[in-house]
Amino acid sequence: MIGLLASLVDGLLVGSVYGLAAMGISLIWGVMDVINLTHGAMIVAGMFSLYLMVEFLGVPAYVTLPPILIGGLIVGIALYWIAVHRMIGQPPLMSLLSTFAVNLVLIGLGTAQWGTVLFNVPVSLPGSSIGRYTFPGTHIAAALLTAAIAFLLYLFLFHTRPGKAVRAVSGNREAAELVGIPTTRVLALAFGLGVALACVSGMLIGTMFPFTVLSGDAYQLKSFVVTVLGGLGNPAGALIGGIAIGLFEGLTTPFMPVNWTLVFEFVLFVVALIAFPGGLLSLRLPRRAE
Amino acid sequence: MKAVEAKKPGLAAGGVLRRPFFWIMAAIVAAFAVAPSIGNDVELREDLLLAAVYITLASNINLILGYAGYVNFGSIVFFGLGGYFTVYFMSALGWNLVAASLIGGLAVSALAYAFGLGILRLRGAYFALATIGVNEAVQAFVTNFTPWGAGTGIYLSTELFLPLGGPAQALWVIYYALVGVMGLSLYLSYFIKISKFGLGLRAIGENEDAAAVLGVPTPRYKTMVYCVSAFLPAVAGGLYFFKGAFIQPIDAFDLNFSTEAIVTAMLGGQGTVLGPALGAYVYEQLRSWLLTSDTFANFQLVISGALLLVIVLFAPGGLMGWLYRRWPGLRKVLE
Repeated sequence: MIGLLASLVDGLLVGSVYGLAAMGISLIWGVMDVINLTHGAMIVAGMFSLYLMVEFLGVPAYVTLPPILIGGLIVGIALYWIAVHRMIGQPPLMSLLSTFAVNLVLIGLGTAQWGTVLFNVPVSLPGSSIGRYTFPGTHIAAALLTAAIAFLLYLFLFHTRPGKAVRAVSGNREAAELVGIPTTRVLALAFGLGVALACVSGMLIGTMFPFTVLSGDAYQLKSFVVTVLGGLGNPAGALIGGIAIGLFEGLTTPFMPVNWTLVFEFVLFVVALIAFPGGLLSLRLPRRAE
Repeated sequence: MKAVEAKKPGLAAGGVLRRPFFWIMAAIVAAFAVAPSIGNDVELREDLLLAAVYITLASNINLILGYAGYVNFGSIVFFGLGGYFTVYFMSALGWNLVAASLIGGLAVSALAYAFGLGILRLRGAYFALATIGVNEAVQAFVTNFTPWGAGTGIYLSTELFLPLGGPAQALWVIYYALVGVMGLSLYLSYFIKISKFGLGLRAIGENEDAAAVLGVPTPRYKTMVYCVSAFLPAVAGGLYFFKGAFIQPIDAFDLNFSTEAIVTAMLGGQGTVLGPALGAYVYEQLRSWLLTSDTFANFQLVISGALLLVIVLFAPGGLMGWLYRRWPGLRKVLE
């Protein structure tokens, strides 16, 4: 019983990081109705930035967070201009394909450079023990950092001018444009933020679990599940959806092999998509038409 | 609806046979069948075999991508599952190749129908997300499914080649069968395009809400096209993995194939019949040329990705779009 509880708490810690990743997807979708399929590649980019900095520069793992956040923002804004800008306002097929293409290029470069070998970034952080159960220090640190970043994002979106502009564009792009908000720049900023969140969550996942160049796909799928649970375009819902998925994993891992989790999550995903197309939090809203 | 009225009498009177494109497709299939037979050219046969597989995958994904405007990131699931069903039916149940691959194809279509009922109620981007999930989940499922050898896969005994006249002869039989599947894919694509069903699909691709208002049964059409587009790739998968006498999850659900199906359909020109086939052929030739050089072999994904990005950004009509613009008269001849 206590074992299950411990597993649930650990699921909560890890799930919050999934939530952070999903916030990136959700933010981009909410602002520009684009599903960012470079998400998985960006998570992997975060993992490998962590690995490279720790391995070759010798910096402590958590010090890599600010540069990865800023790097992700810059890369994201660049990606917006390369692959997304021309697709705004076109059928969803086009932006899906263009971001998918970028994803292929990045994953292809990654596999050419590192193959599909497992990488591991050792982080020594004392865990916290309750009875016979120990919660790894990395999991606790990741959850705390996630909470901090989510809080900063909240401050940015609700208490700064650019953040308010992002929310305005998300609400109604034409109206935002009419009142003089430079919407294109805001879209680029929002895309950058979404990518930065993906990179940082990749970095945090990298401190917790071993990873390969191809890990992104599984985490990307997880992020989609989380986003759909939380409601597409609702960053706060994403965090809650992430925690829900974490709890789900915590609940199921004692009873089944880990590699079945993905199958179950997918079933959950389809059920959620069909039953609650607006996300668990917004059952009252009508189905969103594209 | 006018277009339907105009086309119907033609169809009834066997007007299809008078259209040049019908015979162009026949010529393509004949060329594929005859070319390697002259002089028993095994190297050319292997090259064209891969091209036939690419054309089959591209033509079938085009039914969804090009006609209905829905992107299916998990099309390789059909190919891989078809391979698994066929190999399993042959190795465990002792069926012959024809029965195994056809029943395998039907089984995959039935599965696609079941998936489709669930996920095709989703629209646009939501559907795309679900197909990514189908890919990951099926792969995870098969990797853990012990009757199918889990992660290690299934080996076929080479004795199974004997009924086809020994290994050397069997490779020719498989080649002709795959060319046949490719031909069926082209004709399927063509007949769907000129049918009322195809018009409905293209209406969905243009504007799903308007199509629904005008009386196109959108959920049923989408489920049907998803189901139909599963059959021939599954049969091709069965033949392909029978040829290799071995199947494992990594090969069966190869990310490269799944993405290349999309890249080739876009390259040739989505929404046309000949485009995906042309794109698949060009891409396959390019690929086999690139794979021979060491530098490029590692960058296959990068090249497909870059190619796709350039097409999506700058030439969404693909090769056919370019041909049509260059020679507008071609629209009447090449569908």
